[in-house]
Amino acid sequence: MPIYLRPASLKSALSLLAQAARARKGRSGHPLTVLAGGTDIYPARAGKQAWLESFPRDFLDITQIPELKGIRRDGRAVLIGALTTWTELVAAKLPPAFDALKEAALQVGGLQIQNRATLGGNIVNASPAADGVPPLLALDAQVEIASTRGERRVPLATFIRGNRQTDLASDELVVALRVPLHGANSRSLFLKLGARSHLVISIVSAALLVDQAADGTISDIRVTVGAASAVPTRLAALEAELRGEMLELALLERVTPALFSSLTPLDDVRASATYRRKAARILVRRGLAACIGPRAEELAA
Amino acid sequence: MIAEEFTGAVELTVNGKKVEIAARPDMRLSRVLREELGLTGTKVGCDAGDCGACTVLIEEEQACACLVPVAQLEGRRVQTIEGLAEDPIGRALQRSFHYHGAAQCGICTPGMLMASLDLLRRVEKVDLPMVETALGGVLCRCTGYLKICEAVLDAGRFLEPDEGLDEDAISANGVASIGELKPPTGSQAGLPGNGVSVGARVARLDGLPKLDGTEVYGADKAPQDALWLRAIRSPHARARFVIGDLRTFVSNEPGIFRVLTAADVPGENSFGIFPDMKDQPVFAEGETRYRGEAVAAVIGERAAIDGFDVSRFPIRWDPLQPLIGLDGALSPNAHASHPAHPDNVLVRGWVEKGDIESAFRGSSHRAEGLFSTRFVEHAYIEPEAGFARRVGKRVEVFASTQAPYMSRDEVARVLGLEPGDVRIIPSACGGGFGGKLDVSLQPMLAVAAWQMGVPIRSIYTRPESMAATTKRHPAAITARAACDAQGRITAYAMEADFDTGAYASWGPTVAGRVPVHGTGPYRVPNVLNRARAIYSNGPIAGAFRGFGVPQAAIAHEALYDELAEKAGLDRLEFRLLNALRVADETATGQVLQASVGLDRCLEALRPHWHKMLEEAETLNDKATVMRRGVGIACMWYGIGNTALSNPSRMRLALTREGRVLFFNGAVDIGQGSTTVLTQIAAEALGLPVSAFTLVTGDTDKTADAGKSSASRQTFVSGKAAENAALALRAEILRHTNAGADARFALEGGQLKIDSKAESTVIDLTAWPAGADGIVFEGAGDFDPPTEPLDIKGQGVPYATYGFAAQIVALDVDMALGTVRLERFVAAHDVGRAINPTLVEGQIHGGIAQGIGLALMEEYVPGRTENLHDYLIPSFGDVPPIEIILVEAAEPLGPFGAKGVGEPALVPAAPAILGAIRHATGVSIREIPALPHRVRAALEAAGRAWEI
Repeated sequence: MPIYLRPASLKSALSLLAQAARARKGRSGHPLTVLAGGTDIYPARAGKQAWLESFPRDFLDITQIPELKGIRRDGRAVLIGALTTWTELVAAKLPPAFDALKEAALQVGGLQIQNRATLGGNIVNASPAADGVPPLLALDAQVEIASTRGERRVPLATFIRGNRQTDLASDELVVALRVPLHGANSRSLFLKLGARSHLVISIVSAALLVDQAADGTISDIRVTVGAASAVPTRLAALEAELRGEMLELALLERVTPALFSSLTPLDDVRASATYRRKAARILVRRGLAACIGPRAEELAA
Repeated sequence: MIAEEFTGAVELTVNGKKVEIAARPDMRLSRVLREELGLTGTKVGCDAGDCGACTVLIEEEQACACLVPVAQLEGRRVQTIEGLAEDPIGRALQRSFHYHGAAQCGICTPGMLMASLDLLRRVEKVDLPMVETALGGVLCRCTGYLKICEAVLDAGRFLEPDEGLDEDAISANGVASIGELKPPTGSQAGLPGNGVSVGARVARLDGLPKLDGTEVYGADKAPQDALWLRAIRSPHARARFVIGDLRTFVSNEPGIFRVLTAADVPGENSFGIFPDMKDQPVFAEGETRYRGEAVAAVIGERAAIDGFDVSRFPIRWDPLQPLIGLDGALSPNAHASHPAHPDNVLVRGWVEKGDIESAFRGSSHRAEGLFSTRFVEHAYIEPEAGFARRVGKRVEVFASTQAPYMSRDEVARVLGLEPGDVRIIPSACGGGFGGKLDVSLQPMLAVAAWQMGVPIRSIYTRPESMAATTKRHPAAITARAACDAQGRITAYAMEADFDTGAYASWGPTVAGRVPVHGTGPYRVPNVLNRARAIYSNGPIAGAFRGFGVPQAAIAHEALYDELAEKAGLDRLEFRLLNALRVADETATGQVLQASVGLDRCLEALRPHWHKMLEEAETLNDKATVMRRGVGIACMWYGIGNTALSNPSRMRLALTREGRVLFFNGAVDIGQGSTTVLTQIAAEALGLPVSAFTLVTGDTDKTADAGKSSASRQTFVSGKAAENAALALRAEILRHTNAGADARFALEGGQLKIDSKAESTVIDLTAWPAGADGIVFEGAGDFDPPTEPLDIKGQGVPYATYGFAAQIVALDVDMALGTVRLERFVAAHDVGRAINPTLVEGQIHGGIAQGIGLALMEEYVPGRTENLHDYLIPSFGDVPPIEIILVEAAEPLGPFGAKGVGEPALVPAAPAILGAIRHATGVSIREIPALPHRVRAALEAAGRAWEI
């Protein structure tokens, strides 16, 4: 008989996960699949069912756990509960540094998906094209993880280890994303490139977060690119190149192809690898131009 | 912990009613609604959240019911299409959708309506971007979205009076209330030939069930005791296989009762479109020829079939080197996929006229090129579904189909029965586009029901539908064209190879139709057009809206753009100069007698064309990364089968109760044939559409109307309907002294007849009638006159042709290679628009599919077998379309009408590609023009931007 568990507290969820993990070690049980919005689990199941392959049937449904819900301020950070949906995120009052994340939220599937899919699910699913990840990486988000063994916090950048691979042990749950607050002068934006208007998996995406000092120089900058590597990637070399510089048009010339060499894009039906690499650079340059101002954007174009 | 384990029952509120569900907790809400609660109005298109057909409201928020485990609904409220009419906004939406023709096949409509309800409840004043965002999660393959947007934006006007409606505003616009037809008005009602029915924007006669969830598609009905069937399919493009001990297997699988293989097929284990090319097995024997081919079917209870794990099935696969693509199939080392065709050439088509070589030598300008296209998936939102049952010595199959009579004959062959012993009852068809002309699950279902004696049902999963059924043929077309110094086309030569995949299907039709149409709709004195259909181990390429003509049009229109440029002519004027006109001769030597409206289409487009060109020039003066381009393309399309008989028979009867029974075997696949044919019959008979009772589909009740393909139902079945109506009218008049000018009017069972000669009343209730209550009846036939093509392809392949020209403006991003469509203007010669709303719907939908073909659609077996990796146009991908209807009446057609279904699609892709070339100077010849292909072409020409 398949198992379907729906605990009402984090404590009991963690103990269920611990039990399942122990049973599995003793080879007497099945892994429990953590289920929230279902927007990744059911499509994957459809793919398996079509070819009559087996699929996960034992679930830990976490949607009743209050500790995983809500967005709140915690000192110098914002805590985003793992169960926060894209729709909830868009509706939340957040500083401008979160604009990129909100823009991404509005492009995750249709409204049906945005109403159900969770931020926690987006990072745990660890798709190279996950739209939420580049903005969260740009925000320097950390992942709060809990298990009966205790709590830990890891940077999102190390949490996602590869295509569909994370640093989450089988007895652990993602509780929340912790996002440090940025200055009021932060600007952020998200650019997504796909082959149609709605419901499209990114060919490439990019998120930028720029903090500007009073003298007009870039005090901090984060640039991440999605769908162009196994894991959405921060472009550290590019950031170093731009940090401390005046935020002005001339900067676009400094965004050279060499600064994108850390990307490892794939050739697939959506685009060639070469294209992805070039498109990533174009998106980033356009993002920078938009940060400089609408007039600059026009000029640059 | 026990307390937290799911105990098996969920209480939720569905459409205001509390219900308790005892189901597996992880069962999808969509399945619970449909199978546990019988609410089949919620449609399942993909089970993956990609298509949105199953959109419902959960606590007022839209959600895909296929992604929600029922356990999460404890104590929550769900609203489905069945509850839509409880809300005044829901009723207004239904009326507006009906009025605007926003539902075609109707399979996406419940999802569209629920998403619309979500929007209109949240926002009082909506605009187009809001509609596109709110409905953006639902895909439609028929409408091109434009009429759906219109309907949502206009819904406020359809609120009922006590809900704030301005009643005068509605009646002034002639809006019919839902539940009744827009009746013919005024004293002219009932007079034949006065345009009351023909030419009217009659709302779909089969429209209402599509708006309240009551329409019955293939998956929506089956006997209670039906067992479920799932096919075991090849995961390899080509493989040998050996099936092991099935008896042991079945005895070890609780809930699985039987496995069927080729050995269980009682008749011929083969089917196919052409009598001499029935090369596709129901179940493969020993070797499979494409990924997705069925080798066996398991039959059992729903739960057992659901949880069935193929790794337990006793089969050994031995993958073999497959023939991939035309290169693979034509390589010297290629094996013969079918022994009768050692070179893998299934069939050749040929049209030759004049002397091309001397014409090319003597011409001032020449252009040539190689064009290639990929597999394209129909992506109807309704996957194949149906059931079969044995009834004594007969078999009945209820399934989604475009061709009930062909389906009947295929099933009879497979069962070894006479065709009359098979009854096909077509379900409502949730989209076809050619993909439901071939049988899919019908033979398997029939074999199972026949062998087991119990009803058997099946529903294809989305990936199964995509992997197993037919596609548009990939083409490799090498073509050259020439013109004289004045720009008159002198010669056209084409070698077109089509990858027909694993089995013949409609390959011969494509190979036959393409050479005829290959020059485009122009006077070309010297022609050599050759086409081949090539077997491979790709998916079966079959019929898809246009039968290869859309691919061929991409080639000829690109070459003519080049010739126009070389000759110094405007692209529109070049086409107008060369456009076929009445009395011109086609490539097959056919002299066109009438109904050639291409020149009128082009002339109607001219002012729009110049405006678009001027706008482009102004915009491009500013050197920005977005470059505006304008494109034009023309098409022609032979209506009906190519040089083959394709008759239709229609029957009309007048009953004792004063109803006109219309026995119509044409399947309405969303295009609107049910409505159009009734309008034609009503017009010819001289009674209003509202007097008609429709008997559609069902091979036991209606005569063979042929298939719903080749844009033929309006022309062929329409003429048969007209003839049937005239026969019934003559039969009635035979019993009176009334003259041919007689006007009919029905009041209950009283038929009033007024003419100059006599006014009389026939009391139908007192007239002798058959057991079926029929007093008078008339039947009508039509088979368009054609002549066979000779060895050089000369003859009269079609009785008439549809013509069109479309122009498009678009912007190309010179750095990213993306294309944003700005506007289409489409001028179509349809002979006569029997129902302009439906004609517009066909043009919108055809252009949408042309956009997909041009810009995004590419089916790759094993890689794009779902609707998130395989992209079809979504909301926002279809720009505004202005439609100009040209009516160059076809004397053979009913009230002058021809077809429009395929003509709408053909010019869209070449117009887009021409516009890309105009914008960028580069010609994209590998289709679809995905961003990376456009960018690569820009780079090759040194025109790519880096910002």
